[in-house]
Amino acid sequence: MNTNGGQALIKSLELEGVEVIFGLPGGAILPVYDPILDSPIRHVLVRHEQGAGHMAEGFAHATGRPGVAMVTSGPGATNIVTPLADAYMDSIPMVVITGQVPLPSIGTDAFQECDTVGITRGVTKHNELVTRAEDIPMAIRQAFHIATTGRPGPVLVDIPKDIVDPRNPASAMNWNWPTDADVSSSMPGYKPTTKGHPKKIKEAAALIAVARKPIIYAGGGILKARAAEALRELAELTGIPVVTTLMARGAFPDDHELCLGMPGMHGNYTAVTSIQKSDLLIALGSRFDDRVTGKLDGFAPDARIIHVDIDPAELGKVRRADVPIVGDCRLVIEEIIKALNALGGPESRMDITPWRQQISAWQELYPLVYEQSIDGDLLKPQYVLEQLRDRSPADTIVASGVGQHQMWTSQYWKFNYPYTWVNSGGLGTMGFSIPAAIGAKVGRPDRTVWAVDGDGCFQMTAQELVTAATERIPVKIALLNNAYLGMVRQWQEMFYGERYSEVYLSPDLPDYVKWAEAMGCVALRVESPDEVGPAIDKANEINDRPVVLEFRTDASEKVFPMVSPGTSNDQIDVGPLQNGLGR
Amino acid sequence: MPPKYHVLSVLVENRAGVLARVSALFARRGYNIYSLAVAPTDDERFSRITVVVDVEQAPLEQVVKQLNKLIHVIKISELDPRDSVERELMLVTVKAPAEVRGQIIELVELFEGRIIDVGRDELALSLDEHPERLDDLEELLRPFGIIDLQRTGRVALPKLERS
Repeated sequence: MNTNGGQALIKSLELEGVEVIFGLPGGAILPVYDPILDSPIRHVLVRHEQGAGHMAEGFAHATGRPGVAMVTSGPGATNIVTPLADAYMDSIPMVVITGQVPLPSIGTDAFQECDTVGITRGVTKHNELVTRAEDIPMAIRQAFHIATTGRPGPVLVDIPKDIVDPRNPASAMNWNWPTDADVSSSMPGYKPTTKGHPKKIKEAAALIAVARKPIIYAGGGILKARAAEALRELAELTGIPVVTTLMARGAFPDDHELCLGMPGMHGNYTAVTSIQKSDLLIALGSRFDDRVTGKLDGFAPDARIIHVDIDPAELGKVRRADVPIVGDCRLVIEEIIKALNALGGPESRMDITPWRQQISAWQELYPLVYEQSIDGDLLKPQYVLEQLRDRSPADTIVASGVGQHQMWTSQYWKFNYPYTWVNSGGLGTMGFSIPAAIGAKVGRPDRTVWAVDGDGCFQMTAQELVTAATERIPVKIALLNNAYLGMVRQWQEMFYGERYSEVYLSPDLPDYVKWAEAMGCVALRVESPDEVGPAIDKANEINDRPVVLEFRTDASEKVFPMVSPGTSNDQIDVGPLQNGLGR
Repeated sequence: MPPKYHVLSVLVENRAGVLARVSALFARRGYNIYSLAVAPTDDERFSRITVVVDVEQAPLEQVVKQLNKLIHVIKISELDPRDSVERELMLVTVKAPAEVRGQIIELVELFEGRIIDVGRDELALSLDEHPERLDDLEELLRPFGIIDLQRTGRVALPKLERS
């Protein structure tokens, strides 16, 4: 016996290339924290385990590498359930190590015991309770393999204390690092398909060639597959316009003439309408989410569908595909490009100029608009975001919480680089932005990282700014404080007859500036439009500590366009400023 | 047996927690599992789960795809009852006082079942047969007074090609 489970666990993480662990120790995971002292791996001590999970997610979003979080048993594990669910919905590669009570105590209602694998079964791509110290290296290798291949996702490894505690004989083991072949033969049921079926690829190319009104509907899978370059090549070869879903912002540059921006419930008019009127929808790594489709039977009624996804369960789940292709987006797009070229030059495809002209006309008629506030009034959130966008480096990484501020950020930011947008799409986790931004900044210390947050979100996870200040992780927070749970307020205004129930939060309780300062941040309150730019400039100059800019914004401002829940995308509401414009 | 049912044969790794993962996918959608039989195959690294569910075809396809995503699931086949051989085992304890005992024994012989235990006023019997034959015997025994009844849930394999 030449090592013990605790040392083997840390060594395994090192061998997997882990540079940073976000975590918080506790009783059951204590033995694993001891060897961390001697490891080159950086540990970021969070203030709440949820923060550790979202930091790992933010790290993964920004770097494409799996984020790693480590917490203790019981409440440590339950506190990280939300990030697991979030990562599962958004296909984020993440490995979470949880401590567990010693094997002989499992099932006895021991102190800080919970059924972690049972609780997290439905919110992980895979989870495993390790029962023998010698199995730890294989469990870690499997976890990273599963988290990062196929459709990425979170994997949890539950480690009982006795098999990692050197004082316990159950932890004694001989070191053995499994080979790649060992890993794949240990999982006979796991073989993700990456290469698209050649026949289907040809069918896809044939459909593209005859389409008069095609749209590329790009989803988060483009980013997961590192397919942004391939997507651009496909779009430029064919001239087909691209919509980028909330999860795909940045996968295709917003400043590209073929980029139509975000579709969906708060998508822009052109992105939503071009999907509706299309005769061919080329869905690449997107999953026909209800927030994109609106009322399903009214969604893109005349479109044939090419659907490319690495997860076979996505094909036909929501909308039947005429050409379903299981495979890695990058590989499949490259094959489709080859198949298109094999058909001939541009003359082998339909002329889509009239379609492009129609789309340009929509863009001209329905740009995103808002009304600037007059002096003395509260700030318009859109104005704040425009200033933030224009005064920050072009490759700034932006994280957001969930709600109105998230939609405005997605609408008003210009995402011209992949992996610059970090948000909670599927689960819609309020409080995501601050820890996610911290994780992103740890992964990309060379980049400016802004978190755009709402006051409701801020109050859920603000304590992680203490982590950021302590660990010298200089993230910047743009807090849009409208004193409300803004998106819920918007729904109550629009769909509940302006009956505002439990949405008021107060603009100055808490005092966000004092709170931020108490957490070691530089903090500024911004109330008038002429202060916005200078405050942002000042924040962008600070690089040794976190900054919080509190913008007092107008609660009556609503997110438009909007497709009301339960209605078809054809019923898109462009908002009061554009209603009545000829359609 | 409900009118619409599907039989899935799921080959899985033979290890802790696999059954929970499989059954959870049905449970989260609110589908009741009608019967379930699990045992190791000839290769003890693997087990075969035969699960009978009452689900429409479309949602079943989605469940099957989700099952396929489980790391410990190797292979899933849906067995069409017309193209498969099915068997199930039933144990029954039935009231059998002297005056009806002969009738019950005759019934069991007719079904090619076996008497496996004999009490003063009761008989225990077993039948391994097609699940519908089990239904038939159960129905015929009911008037005598069934005290205990346990069925294993069906197991099935594809029919062999003959052409």
